[in-house]
Amino acid sequence: MTMDMMDEAFILIGVEGESKEDILARMAENLVKLGVVKESYIAAVIEREQAYPTGLPTGGCSVAIPHTDIEHVNRKAISIGVLKQPVRFGIMGEEEETTPVELVFMLAMDQKHSQLKLLTRLMQVIQDQSMLIALSHETSPASIKELMNAVLQFETQGGPLA
Amino acid sequence: MTKKTILVACGAGIATSTVVNEALKNLCKEHKIDVNLIQCKITEVSSLADGADLLVSTTIANKEYPFPVINARAFLTGIGIEEVKQRILAELVK
Repeated sequence: MTMDMMDEAFILIGVEGESKEDILARMAENLVKLGVVKESYIAAVIEREQAYPTGLPTGGCSVAIPHTDIEHVNRKAISIGVLKQPVRFGIMGEEEETTPVELVFMLAMDQKHSQLKLLTRLMQVIQDQSMLIALSHETSPASIKELMNAVLQFETQGGPLA
Repeated sequence: MTKKTILVACGAGIATSTVVNEALKNLCKEHKIDVNLIQCKITEVSSLADGADLLVSTTIANKEYPFPVINARAFLTGIGIEEVKQRILAELVK
């Protein structure tokens, strides 16, 4: 993570919305405003979520990892949204089932096959129940960044991602 | 035992399939199984179906394929992972 992949500006607390589309639009608009993704990312990520849901029930709180094709992305980043109220997302790989998501990790991927280490670390976060619960209770972007950096440390110290 | 080809698919072919692909690579290495892994988008599966023995996918495969399909969400969440690994290994040693 050379250039902050997880800038505090990408971390949104108390994200509100009636539907997953509202949440995705709010988070994607923030990334557009910051120049991380192109305007086209907003519709693309919503459309992708409808076709291929990314909700993941976990032992802690449910998460979603929305993302879309690389052509909508200017530079790679992870945006974290802590939702004010759980919002139902479709479960990855299921036709109809949904799960009440409390944490959204929106991924802006810029190259194929270039983010293995980062994704593997992110999955470690997702498999860590106490970490997810801690993240969902954080009240400041700075403390979320600190928590995430402790887990993603390898990348922050290891120079650019392979 | 002939070398098997596994298609590893997700919606965009860049995120969750990358994680699953790596997990499968390690699983096969651990069990000394020589395997051909092809990472792709779910929409590309049909065109790659020739010669494939198994589809491991994090997303819905709503078409019929001439090979088994195994849901790989467990590789992301860790829930039920051992069972999924055993199902995959069982297909590979057939």
